[in-house]
Amino acid sequence: MLQQLEELKLNALQELGSIGSPGELEDWRVRYLGKKSELSMLLRRLAALPLEERKAVGTLANELKAHLEDSRRQKELALQELAASAREEALDITLPGRPVPTGRLHPLTQTLDEICDIFVSMGFQVVEGPEVEWDYYNFEALNIPGEHPARDNMATLWVDFEAENGERPMLLRTHTTSVTARIIEGATPPIRAVEPGKVYRYEASDATHVPMFHQIDGIAVDKGITMADLKGTLYEFARRFFGEDRKVRFRCDYFPFVEPGVEMAIECSVCGGEGCRLCGGSGWIEILGAGMTHPEVLRRGGIDPEVYSSFAFGMGIDRLPMLRYGIDDIRLLYGSDLRFLRQF
Amino acid sequence: MKVSLKWLQEYVDVVLPAADLAGRLTMAGSEVKGIQVTGGWENIVVGQITAINPHPNADRLRLTTIDLGSEQHTVVCGAPNLNCGDKVAFAYINAQLTDPHSGKLFRLKPAKIRGVASDGMACSERELGISDNHEEIMILPDEAPLGMPLADYLGDSIFDLDITPNRPDCLSVIGIARETAALTGQGLHIAEVEYEEAEVSIDRQVSVEIDAPDLCPRYCASLIEGIRLAPSPPWLQQRLISYGIRPINNIVDITNYVMLEYGQPLHAFDYERLRGKKIIVRRADAGEVIVTLDDVERTLSSDMLVIADEERAVAIAGVMGGANSEVAGVTGSILLEAAGFNPASIHHTGDALRLPSEARMRFERGISPELALPALRRATQLIIQLAGGKAAQGLIDVYPGKRERLPIRLTIGMVERLLGVAFNLDRIVGALTSLGFDCEVTASEVRVTPPYWRSDISLAVDLIEEVARTLGYDKIPAAMLSQPLPRHSPEPVLDLKRRVRQSLTGYGFQEVITYSLTSLEKLGKLLPGTGEVRPVPLRMANPMTADQEYLRPNLRPSLLVALEANRRHESGGIKLFELGKVYLPRPNDLPGEPEVLCGILSGPRQERSWLGDSEPVDFFDARGVVEGLLDRLGIDADFKEGSDKGLHPRRQVSIVIAGSNAGIIGEVHSRVVEAFEISEPVYLFEIDLAACLPFTANCKAFQPVPRFPAMVRDIALVVSSGVTHQRVRDIVKSFPLAARVEIFDVYAGEQVPEGKKSLAYRITFQSPTHTLTDEEVNGVQRQILDRLSSELGASLRS
Ligand SMILES: [Zn+2]
Repeated sequence: MLQQLEELKLNALQELGSIGSPGELEDWRVRYLGKKSELSMLLRRLAALPLEERKAVGTLANELKAHLEDSRRQKELALQELAASAREEALDITLPGRPVPTGRLHPLTQTLDEICDIFVSMGFQVVEGPEVEWDYYNFEALNIPGEHPARDNMATLWVDFEAENGERPMLLRTHTTSVTARIIEGATPPIRAVEPGKVYRYEASDATHVPMFHQIDGIAVDKGITMADLKGTLYEFARRFFGEDRKVRFRCDYFPFVEPGVEMAIECSVCGGEGCRLCGGSGWIEILGAGMTHPEVLRRGGIDPEVYSSFAFGMGIDRLPMLRYGIDDIRLLYGSDLRFLRQF
Repeated sequence: MKVSLKWLQEYVDVVLPAADLAGRLTMAGSEVKGIQVTGGWENIVVGQITAINPHPNADRLRLTTIDLGSEQHTVVCGAPNLNCGDKVAFAYINAQLTDPHSGKLFRLKPAKIRGVASDGMACSERELGISDNHEEIMILPDEAPLGMPLADYLGDSIFDLDITPNRPDCLSVIGIARETAALTGQGLHIAEVEYEEAEVSIDRQVSVEIDAPDLCPRYCASLIEGIRLAPSPPWLQQRLISYGIRPINNIVDITNYVMLEYGQPLHAFDYERLRGKKIIVRRADAGEVIVTLDDVERTLSSDMLVIADEERAVAIAGVMGGANSEVAGVTGSILLEAAGFNPASIHHTGDALRLPSEARMRFERGISPELALPALRRATQLIIQLAGGKAAQGLIDVYPGKRERLPIRLTIGMVERLLGVAFNLDRIVGALTSLGFDCEVTASEVRVTPPYWRSDISLAVDLIEEVARTLGYDKIPAAMLSQPLPRHSPEPVLDLKRRVRQSLTGYGFQEVITYSLTSLEKLGKLLPGTGEVRPVPLRMANPMTADQEYLRPNLRPSLLVALEANRRHESGGIKLFELGKVYLPRPNDLPGEPEVLCGILSGPRQERSWLGDSEPVDFFDARGVVEGLLDRLGIDADFKEGSDKGLHPRRQVSIVIAGSNAGIIGEVHSRVVEAFEISEPVYLFEIDLAACLPFTANCKAFQPVPRFPAMVRDIALVVSSGVTHQRVRDIVKSFPLAARVEIFDVYAGEQVPEGKKSLAYRITFQSPTHTLTDEEVNGVQRQILDRLSSELGASLRS
């Protein structure tokens, strides 16, 4: 009898080991633990045995039943886990995710925002002005009278307009310095402002020219402002925008609305100052024009140049993302091509 | 402008390497854009042809013997232009030359040409890299020393300078020499101009009268008799060629040479051809005609200045001479003119006649009338030297525009106030003196008189720039603005624009920036009916192209064009927006320039993915974007039926904020879509930012979070199909306890009678003061249904 139980245990556990599905497990349960199983029969026959033997066999048989029941439960859990993990493996985690909408700001917007933020952090205020402008604010107020040679460098798009008095020529502003002229005229110092916006030139399109592009001008007016402040402000801007290590150059240049006049250049990023095609061999890339606001410009705007001093600057924006990303054709910026714009 | 280093060295000692000098000039305002080095030739020397013999084996080749002073070489040569005695550039074997055909550099190798060894060669300009001329061997001037390395004889560095418009004095070699002297601490040496004069005074042979002193402040002239017209000597020709000026004859070449040297344009008249021996500087008669030196007949207007003799105009002042007074004879007398002209007048005349010239450019920039006399004397001297002849005694100098130059007051304090650095008096005076300024130092100030050639200096700030650029801008320290911050009052529209842009990119829209100028044709395409754009947008007087003639009154055309262009390579959904100004004409004033947001969308709603295809976008995508945006900006808007001609008449809604129109949403009219060659439905929205601005202020009062629980009821209504959601919503919303009304189903079809539709709503009832009971909500709901029934004929769907 005892031997029979031993055999039964061996067979049952061996069979259990090879079971691979819940169905088989159920069959096994019926066979070994069911009402008609060998073990149940055996237990029912116990009563016929002598007391001694009945005790020994009974204990063993009940232990065996508990053991088999335990093993079955473990097997069941193992099968469930197996099934669950099989389900998880069905997820191909290399598939791409559900798309979410992505749009991007135009690289010029990004650049302008970045520049404005730098100047705002230095106490400047962002101001905008009209793109269609009177000759006065674009030229006259900035010391550029009618036949001034500086006008030749800023080919102008004129608006077909005649005022009742026949005069007051209207144009598309050729630089955002026109907003500087308006600020000087309207405000009382202290003033610190930057003026971003679109500007226009009578110019045929090619890889480096477009008839509409972007600029930002700036002006500071207060008592005691010096060229050292101009240099410090622009150096700080260059440090933040171009990075700590970029060398900056400050040289004399001429603009009718400033005196002394300045041109600021940064070291060419392509050649590191050695000279290459991008920088025309000079090792420097011109970034902006600046200077101490001409006393005549201040006076015209109603500010006494004997009391206040002022610096002003202006720079083209389009070149900055072009330099930063190596864009070789300015027309791409205004072309609305998604294959281009989605890169920024 | 170009400046030859060799020529420069005639007036100033150049103590720096060319590149360093270029750096100094650049930093001080005259940018050197490039240095072209001619020369660098190795193993090429000056030789002289001593014999030319026929080649034994070839008719077209010759054997040429070239003497180098200490040795002689025989070379085979095919060029036809050689004569005994000519000086040439002789290249030894191994010299580096330019291949005339490929343009590449090569090393000369020993060669046998038709059986005769050639141990070197005589070079063409092309082979030397000087010009493209390969027809002839280059002939050097007679004075070229035999055996001298060509690099020493001809080599030079040509600076290409960008002269700012305020410095016409720098459009000359002497001008750059003055800058060089001041920047490098060297002295200038400009030779005294001296020449012999004849007995007879110029005044007895010619007279000058200025009728228009406003346009001609000064007129100087000399008279030179008995000149011989001939080609200029080679050195002079060479110099002009290196400046890109074609040599003509010694007289014309000298006037050009002195213009390059001094910066003063000059003009020579044939004295014999001047009628009445009189020069009159006057305004042209309207319609007056003159044939200019280029043989073109030009009709003048009365605001142009001419140089005339007693009978007719003989030159257009400062712009171009007349053919009728051109120096023509081989011998004769010339009247040489050096004058000052009004820059604006020259600019206007030159522009009107489309005649650009070196002379005009110098006058336009306002060269000093003071320059006329020294330049005239220099040119007279050179003509006597190179063309013979004798100058009449004295010069003519009519100078109605002479102005006394008053000294300008400058103090150390003024310099420091502007530059932010204290330079001592010695350095300030030293800098100005080195540039030729006259400084009179008193106890408290310096009284500075600019030199005659500096027409650009009139104020103390001008002097301060001279000091700063001479001492170096790098001497100015960098400081941070230390004044108190000005009051900060940002323009709210800037913040609004940023928020709008950020929101739209978040909704998947790509920002574009397009040209503000467009064509009437494109704008017309937006109007399917008449195509007539009213009001007429602002037009350019001088448009670049017909495509960019008008300032756009809306952003639609550029977005539709962008959509069409992108559709050629993009099959997915396209969502674009632009935020920019539109230009609305106003009588007698600048146009209004409102900022407008315009967005368009078309194609699949979502990016194509393995998770399934997506439906195409529709009207409600466009409306959803606008609602989301306005919600984000905190703006309450109403939507009313729209009447935009460019949109589908029944699929558009106008955006109303606080009672006024703030924009539109709709499907672009199919005929507009077609006109832009787009073959899919396009949805569009447009918002006027100015209309939003007053309602975006960040000062809304906080609404407490509801303290009492809400009760939700769903109702399904059956209404006539003409009843809009908005009418239902308005009624429900008019009950204060109905805190939220959401529509969650719209249905027409089976189970709903013909001509009717079913609308399903979820109404959230909530009270700020107490917990609602069922009875209370039932009561309100009944009232709502009663009103819906009586006003809209709605019934509950069973
Ligand atoms: Zn470079």
